[in-house]
Amino acid sequence: MSTAVVTVNKGVFRGFNLRQKTLLIIGFTSLLLLAIVISSVEFGDESLHTNFGSKNLNPSPEHPFGTDWMGRDMFIRTLKGLGSSIMIGAFASTISTILAIILGLLSSTGKIADSFIAWLVDLFLSIPHLLLIILISIGFGGGATGVIIGVALTHWTGLTRVVRAEIKQLKTQEYIHISRNLGKSKWWIATKHIFPHLIPQIFLGTILMFPHAILHEASATFLGFGLSPHEPAIGIILSESMKYLSAGYWWLAFFPGLSLLIVVLAFDMIGENLGKLIDPKNAHE
Amino acid sequence: MCLKCENISFGYKKNNLILNNVNLSLGSGEVLGLIGDSGSGKSTLCKILAGYENNYQGNVSIDGKAIPSKGYNPVQLVFQHPEKAVNPKWKMKDILNEGHIVPQDILDSFGIKKSWFNRWPNELSGGELQRFALARALSPETKFLIADEITTMVDAITQAQIWNIVLDIVKELNIGVLVVSHEKKLISKLCHDVVYLDDINTV
Amino acid sequence: MGYMENMGNMGNMENMENMGNMENKTKTTAKEKKKTEALLKVENISLSFIQYASGLRQTELKVISNLSIEAHSGEILAVVGSSGSGKSLLAHAILGILPSNAKLDGKMEYNGQQLTPEKKEEIRGKEIALVPQSTNYLDPLMRISNQVIGCVEEKNEGLMKKVQRDIFQKYDLKPDVDRMFPHELSGGMTRRVLVSTAVMSSAKLIIADEPTPGLDEKTLNETLSYFKDMANRGCAVILITHDIEAALKISDKIAVFYAGTVLEVANVEDFKNNGENLRHPYTRALWNALPQNKFQAIKGHQPMQDEVIDGCIFYERCSKKNELCSKGIPQLKSVNGGVVRCNNVS
Repeated sequence: MSTAVVTVNKGVFRGFNLRQKTLLIIGFTSLLLLAIVISSVEFGDESLHTNFGSKNLNPSPEHPFGTDWMGRDMFIRTLKGLGSSIMIGAFASTISTILAIILGLLSSTGKIADSFIAWLVDLFLSIPHLLLIILISIGFGGGATGVIIGVALTHWTGLTRVVRAEIKQLKTQEYIHISRNLGKSKWWIATKHIFPHLIPQIFLGTILMFPHAILHEASATFLGFGLSPHEPAIGIILSESMKYLSAGYWWLAFFPGLSLLIVVLAFDMIGENLGKLIDPKNAHE
Repeated sequence: MCLKCENISFGYKKNNLILNNVNLSLGSGEVLGLIGDSGSGKSTLCKILAGYENNYQGNVSIDGKAIPSKGYNPVQLVFQHPEKAVNPKWKMKDILNEGHIVPQDILDSFGIKKSWFNRWPNELSGGELQRFALARALSPETKFLIADEITTMVDAITQAQIWNIVLDIVKELNIGVLVVSHEKKLISKLCHDVVYLDDINTV
Repeated sequence: MGYMENMGNMGNMENMENMGNMENKTKTTAKEKKKTEALLKVENISLSFIQYASGLRQTELKVISNLSIEAHSGEILAVVGSSGSGKSLLAHAILGILPSNAKLDGKMEYNGQQLTPEKKEEIRGKEIALVPQSTNYLDPLMRISNQVIGCVEEKNEGLMKKVQRDIFQKYDLKPDVDRMFPHELSGGMTRRVLVSTAVMSSAKLIIADEPTPGLDEKTLNETLSYFKDMANRGCAVILITHDIEAALKISDKIAVFYAGTVLEVANVEDFKNNGENLRHPYTRALWNALPQNKFQAIKGHQPMQDEVIDGCIFYERCSKKNELCSKGIPQLKSVNGGVVRCNNVS
């Protein structure tokens, strides 16, 4: 008797299977996002100096996204804006994830803690999201710190629910009972049995939180409650360009808006494809 | 040693009891059969005996002493569906050795092969998983085994294999076994004594 | 008998079937009106799953190979085998509800027509019905009567309600069951609801996937009698189970499944005494392992799905193996009114 391994798809060149395609999509989009972040840091502030000699130029090979009323290159402004958006998104998502894990774990310790956390989730969900961000942002003194804290403190609800439900479901599993009967401590069961099931969920939840965080930061900034006008931010760019739209300077809003959309969709795509890999239902397609 | 349950009552609703005043005792090395219709509360009684279910009235004890809720439970329960009794994210060797390092002679008698150790649970059939579950439960610290329909889902040959091995091991380790099944023929083949749940349950 | 043996030596499925009919004719003339053609004919099918091995490589995992069975109207064919032998997958293959990474080869005919995936979808639930194993197949949020009726046009709803009520009455399900939700039913009631769903569909072929485990003797016999009932009304029933005893109670023929193939199709009468009328060593071992018989186990395991075996699939565990058995899969032979895949039977 031998073990049969019939290779159906061999090598990269014989067409891709779904898993390869998924990984390719994930790789490509991650690379794109990484490139945006790196290049936004690479371009120094000097590339954004005002140059009234070349103000309000149409998109051209030299300025692919055109220039604004102060002669700044819109492509670089957009890039820097996106870079800071992604970084704020990353920071806020991380904080939210940590909060979600702590609260999710806490809810499994007892009945009172559980109903308190359920109540807290409901409370946060009952207030309109953007309004809450603005309130927290103002409460923390506005500006960059305010909006980052605002976004970080409001995105944990969904993931908390997922973690809480997952732990609840896992705790009823027979193998958890058996482990307890084999003399294992609560901590041992939590780390060895429960945590491995949570990791993919948490990972996926964090990535899917990204686009929300980015969009919410941009909206708060757009409305004037976020980053200050001298910082490169998509929200600032969009709100400023509103004044010039009627003058026919369409590129001021179009390209930054489109770029923001692409970044958000890219995160969504990564999340969705990772989900495909993690979900056992279609793991073998 | 003697595992005893006295005046056990259990119900999800107050006026709708599943178990009422059930008394049962199981001695070391004894193989006792428990027969009951589906829905008669067999599985619930098993869970109470093994400490899985705590919301009951009555008393479960070994030699008159309550079973400690922490540490290794001398009463081990093995279920009907072994797929649910293993963590799907664990390799078989980790599952096997979760409670104690299972000695080679037990592996040999169960026919557990080394080549299965690095497989995931979903790669093994129910009969094979059940061998792992039993080997895991039959440590030297185990004094009583509650076997809740453990061979209901396997074919006749595997059933005979599993029971022949289990009976050998419990004899050697002087473990008391409660064989729960709805199959009278199997119970009469395996057990020294038989109890009908309907007779001891006064619902 | 000598004639039959001669026929048997020709050893292919068609002869088998003729012979089966002939035997039936001599046995009972009342059954003569029975169709000569099988309602469902499964010929040499194999089923594999494409899976990811380590990393990005995909491998093919063969779970059913060289499998042939036939189901006749008015008969119950039991498919008996251990867990992991691919019994349920056979049912899913016939119904066309396999997951998308499954690959099915071979021939299937229903009522003389080729069973294509489109055809399967067309007749699924209408002519072929599944009685599933577990209660999980009922929608927990839907009232029982609505589930059993399914989607019908509004003008037919009254009529369907009446039909459903009649069927429920027959299976002793009281009127208040109609309005219940699945969690309110007991195990036995759920079983009866699942059976009436199949009856309701007026299907000609019923596939029951493990309908009996965990049932006490009374409920078990009751459930089995429902299938006997359906067969008596002219349905072909395929009863998939690992419980050989339950199968023996009601079936006409028993197909013994092992590691994804059928090793023997035996008649119910062959299962008696020490199993000397049984053709395959595995079937005999299965019979002798029953608690009421010898309760005797043979050593070894059913081979894993990813193990490739050149010879007979039962070679490792067989007591009668010889050199020939390790080379090539034994041919199907018909012996004494049954079929067997073994070199040592004549």
